[in-house]
Amino acid sequence: MAEIHLKSLAHSYLKNPNGDSDYAIREMDHVWEDGGAYALLGPSGCGKSTLLNIISGLLEPSEGQVLFDGIEVNHIPPEDRNIAQVFQFPVIYDSMTVYDNLAFPLRNMKVPEVRVTSRVNEIAEALELTDVLKKKASNLSPDEKQKISMGRGLVRSDVSAILFDEPLTVIDPHLKWKLRRKLKQIHEQFDITMIYVTHDQLEASTFAEKIAVMYGGQIVQFGTPRELFERPNHAFVGYFIGSPGMNLVDVKRSDTGVRFNTTDVPLEPSLKSLLDSLTSSNVKLGIRPEFIHVWEKKTEGAFECSLDYVEDLGTYKILTLNLDEEIIKVRLDEDRAIPNGKIYISFPEQWLKIYVDEYLIEADVTPLNDSSEVKL
Amino acid sequence: MSLVLKNVSHEVGGQKYLDNVNLTLESGSFNVLLGRTLAGKTTLMRLMAGLEKPTSGQIFMNGHDVTGVAVQKRNVSMVYQQFINYPNLTVRENIASPLRLSKVSENEINKRVNETADMLQISQYLDRLPLELSGGQQQRTSMARALVKDASLILFDEPLVNLDYKLREELRSELRVLFAERKSIAVYATTEANEAMALGGITTLIHEGKILQSGVVNQVYRGPKNIEAAKLFCEPPINLIEGQITLDEVSFFDSVHFPLDEKLKDLPKRKFIFGVKPSHISLVPKNDDDLELPMKVELAEISGSETYLHVYNEQFSLILQLSGVLNYAIETPVNVYLPIHKLFVFDLDGLTIKVPTFDMENL
Repeated sequence: MAEIHLKSLAHSYLKNPNGDSDYAIREMDHVWEDGGAYALLGPSGCGKSTLLNIISGLLEPSEGQVLFDGIEVNHIPPEDRNIAQVFQFPVIYDSMTVYDNLAFPLRNMKVPEVRVTSRVNEIAEALELTDVLKKKASNLSPDEKQKISMGRGLVRSDVSAILFDEPLTVIDPHLKWKLRRKLKQIHEQFDITMIYVTHDQLEASTFAEKIAVMYGGQIVQFGTPRELFERPNHAFVGYFIGSPGMNLVDVKRSDTGVRFNTTDVPLEPSLKSLLDSLTSSNVKLGIRPEFIHVWEKKTEGAFECSLDYVEDLGTYKILTLNLDEEIIKVRLDEDRAIPNGKIYISFPEQWLKIYVDEYLIEADVTPLNDSSEVKL
Repeated sequence: MSLVLKNVSHEVGGQKYLDNVNLTLESGSFNVLLGRTLAGKTTLMRLMAGLEKPTSGQIFMNGHDVTGVAVQKRNVSMVYQQFINYPNLTVRENIASPLRLSKVSENEINKRVNETADMLQISQYLDRLPLELSGGQQQRTSMARALVKDASLILFDEPLVNLDYKLREELRSELRVLFAERKSIAVYATTEANEAMALGGITTLIHEGKILQSGVVNQVYRGPKNIEAAKLFCEPPINLIEGQITLDEVSFFDSVHFPLDEKLKDLPKRKFIFGVKPSHISLVPKNDDDLELPMKVELAEISGSETYLHVYNEQFSLILQLSGVLNYAIETPVNVYLPIHKLFVFDLDGLTIKVPTFDMENL
């Protein structure tokens, strides 16, 4: 088991990188703590595969250090790093039995056969593979095969971390959640550092205690699934997490808060003075469709909008509204009627976010209470 | 313009892929084929396109029997799951290729390629090769090629399945806008209930080669004709529990009992399958007649903005679809509240007996 520290790490595929855009990974300092369940989430091209290859040792970083429990491993090849990897497609020996597949890494290390048996049985039980141990691997379903790939990583007691690279791609949609559950249980039982790389918010949020969201070669937020949803630290996180993502509107400073076109949105005074203390003109207002309040009638502090489009998604509706020439999406529960004619919306202070140069600014930071339910 | 399939069946090597399909697709309509993998969606599209001839039955385009007419002689375009582009041609030439085949003038080609590329937001990549683009841009290129000619029938076979969900969200809403003003018939195959809902239009449910139901999307969603339709058109899947109706109550597995309400009291006293949508169960009571059930958490799946809570007791399991991000450890005890008035009732053969009433005015 190990803590993985990426220290002043950066990577460029170019010999003489010049400026941020030449870097696949821009300089970062990041710690994956020992025993954590993590996800690395981002769109294609964000640099997450590069980072994964640097951790596993397939790629040597051009700058900075990779430290396992404080020891630099930059030059250590993957096979000597004690890292197990589970890929998109199961990597197993089709002609061997499930038992022999699981035993293979141990036999390679010349572990005595008695210990092999007890360890294989233990892992098979945890993965619910006991009934198929004697079967040829080729006869198994994709989800069973993928469990064997995981098992081959877990059997080795010297493994410091398991890296998953989109491991559920080939799994039948109806079985995916069962494998997600299995992964969580395995993490609890074996207490091993796990890093799950994916572009899918569902996979990441279900598996991980904390998610690193990558965008443009940087980790723009490292937080719990709830933090990513309720307090996105970067405009990209607001956009990327949630369906649909956060409404983001370019705004300018006004006397009482911010303004777009002819609409003034007042801000709470301490947030307003924080905003005014910064000089950048790249200011965005952000609010999630779930948190916008919809009124039936004209109401003090509410903005008048016209309705462009209604998407009935069954369990809820997404209204596309036009607020002073800006598109605002609002989520309404299935049971709520759509007001006739004009629609009035307001932005509850708690959920109204301001981004300067893409990053969240907050006047007073109150920690999220994880046990309380969100009132929507 | 209309496309009519009449008693269409298709077999390959003794195996039935489609079983007596009858469908009418109108000009300007957006039709979504919703079915699981191997349900027959691709076969049905191939027959519509003329890539294959059905074993039996007829296909009519604008009233003309086109059953045996080859694809080259029909005005059809198709977009596949894989991004299919000519790798050695620029994006511009890829998009232009169907027009070159039909000998359209150079001016007209330029005009239409530019318009289509604008629409799909790939104008800045026109001079690049497809492999120099991201997956989303490559799929936009193949879509542009399908849309650049005025095909009377445009078929999409799970076109977004290989893209990440943000791109899917964007392309889906673009498609809806693109087709809003077209006269052509669009057919879009998907395995995902939520995608079918988001696309709107006419939804046709297909299961094991048979059409289960076809109609306006939210009517099919809220009024499934049978249990297969209800299962297919609900994601996360509809909760189903077998129950017994007796003189004055309903019981699930002898352990859960609740009185018959107005809606259920005229049902015969026998076994039924009761269904409830994951979004209708909650963690707090919402109505007087909510049924309180003590359960344990099997898994909390978090989608980013929603939580799918899997819970179970000794007899059955349920899935709840909840708004927001909620953390529940595996095995946590929770009370869930099931609204009696939102129950679906199916008979043991799977036919729908009751659906929850809903106010069509609000749709």
